Amino acid sequence: MTHDIALRTEDLEVTYTGNREVTALNGVSVDFAANKLTAIIGPSGCGKSTLLKSLNRLHEIQPNAEISGDVYLGDESVYDTDEPLPEIRRRVGYVPQKPTPLPVSIYNNVAYGPKIHGDHSKAELDDIVETQLRKVNLWEEVNDRLDAPGAELSTGQIQRLCLARSLAAEPEVLLCDEVTSALDPISAEQVEETLADLKSEYTIVMVTHSMEQAKRLADDVVFLYLGDLVERNDARSFFENPQNERTREFVKGHTAVEYDDADGADESEPESTTAQTVSAE
Amino acid sequence: MDPTTDHGSNAETTRPDRLGRRLVIERLSSYWLIGAGLFAVALFGLIVLTLVQQSIPIVSEHSLLEMLTSANWDPAQEEFGFLPAILGTIYVTVLSMAMGTPIAILAAIYIAEYAEGRMKVIVSSFIDVLAAIPSVIFGLVGLVVVVPFVGDYLAPAFGTHSIGLGIVTVSLVMAIIVTPFMISLSVESLEALPDELREASLGVGATKWETIRSVLLRAAGPGIFSAILLGFGRVFGATIVPAMLIGGQTAVPGSPFDAGETLPSLIVNDFGELMSIPITQSALILVGLLLLVIVWLFNFGAMLVRRRLQRRWQY
Repeated sequence: MTHDIALRTEDLEVTYTGNREVTALNGVSVDFAANKLTAIIGPSGCGKSTLLKSLNRLHEIQPNAEISGDVYLGDESVYDTDEPLPEIRRRVGYVPQKPTPLPVSIYNNVAYGPKIHGDHSKAELDDIVETQLRKVNLWEEVNDRLDAPGAELSTGQIQRLCLARSLAAEPEVLLCDEVTSALDPISAEQVEETLADLKSEYTIVMVTHSMEQAKRLADDVVFLYLGDLVERNDARSFFENPQNERTREFVKGHTAVEYDDADGADESEPESTTAQTVSAE
Repeated sequence: MDPTTDHGSNAETTRPDRLGRRLVIERLSSYWLIGAGLFAVALFGLIVLTLVQQSIPIVSEHSLLEMLTSANWDPAQEEFGFLPAILGTIYVTVLSMAMGTPIAILAAIYIAEYAEGRMKVIVSSFIDVLAAIPSVIFGLVGLVVVVPFVGDYLAPAFGTHSIGLGIVTVSLVMAIIVTPFMISLSVESLEALPDELREASLGVGATKWETIRSVLLRAAGPGIFSAILLGFGRVFGATIVPAMLIGGQTAVPGSPFDAGETLPSLIVNDFGELMSIPITQSALILVGLLLLVIVWLFNFGAMLVRRRLQRRWQY
């Protein structure tokens, strides 16, 4: 099973030089297959978001980020290039973690990208807006109030609006940063369904905290640990037959650790109260 | 069970005391906080009441409409026309806001979105320093620098004549005073915006300027708007600079280069010698009341607009 590679990093190293120097990515080389959904998983603070944002150079809005290595979009370098940054970011779109509507109407949230990138007639824009909102399963819910502010929607609807906004710029790759983590379970499910619909058409790279979500959605999985690439594999092999010891622990331990914590908290409470009574005495 | 009951009885003897004391303090705290809040309201009420009560003599002798529209201010002849001062105030406010606002917004964008590292620290601390300088110092510098500049260069450049003191001079100096103030507040509201907003816009391929123009300025709009209105309030109520630089002419200004009077400078320039005449005192207090009502209306309107905008875009 060989696939076209839409995007790949080569020895990507990102260091934040703030008050203290933090290396967020430690020479990561990884491929992202075209028209597939790749999930980036790993513990918090292991460089998932940094990897994601470095794919379209969005981490550069942080003043202290230093980078070496490169990212290739197809055959073209993303860092060593004459192509203007906005065009790179149009081709590699980004959806933030927090559902973030632009301070404009629902219609203009979707039309934002197209209006910037081309001269469209009103009819063309109407068409784009409808197409993109249908793609994210939002059209039926909002077509009667396209002029209302985007912020009036529910968070789940806003997140789908954000997806539509990104898609309207006609990206080749879509970067999703934990797009369901701020949502209630039902909205999260709707966004997941939308992503599942979209992944045959777009190359999607998604950061997620949820192993379950990665299992449900991902074609490929990339596992990062403390800035290092531990394993990259197709989802089935990754979860059923992890190659690396650390992956095995993470895949197995992740859920187990959560249950342990929850049980432990329940049990330890009465224990500690008795302990306190004794010590007070 | 023995040790627990022992422990329990021990707790029973100490707890009511301690808890009781804590609850008394809790209840008292709400009283004195309410008291402090009410005190502020009462103070405002007292000021308004004093001004209203003291304005009654002049209002009962002269028609309010006539005073507001009459151009003749001559307390010795019992002529109390506020029009020159009203026009002067409007001139100064409009001119200095017209000069200050665009500069303030551009500078705020530069500091919040473009400046980095040392440069950002240096520029923003200088702006904070400027905002903290007492107005009277700006008045002095204005006398030495801006007055000759307006009299010798600016007025001739506009093909007119000026003694240097006048509405334009005050407007220039007031613009210099309020701009840093408006910059600081606008920078704050830009920097309070979540980074996701920038990422969302840049992430569909917008340029930095497009992001600023169509996303950030709109989202920070309510904050920038109230910064401008607060600046407006400061110019409108400014006292010492107009008193020093406007030239104290109670005639309807023919051009912005003329000397004039603003409502606050009218009070300051006249209260010393004329307060001894009760009717003049009442007239000046009416001016004060007018000032208070207008400033209050503006703050109130600003609050309403800001709320509306905020509710609409939720930033």
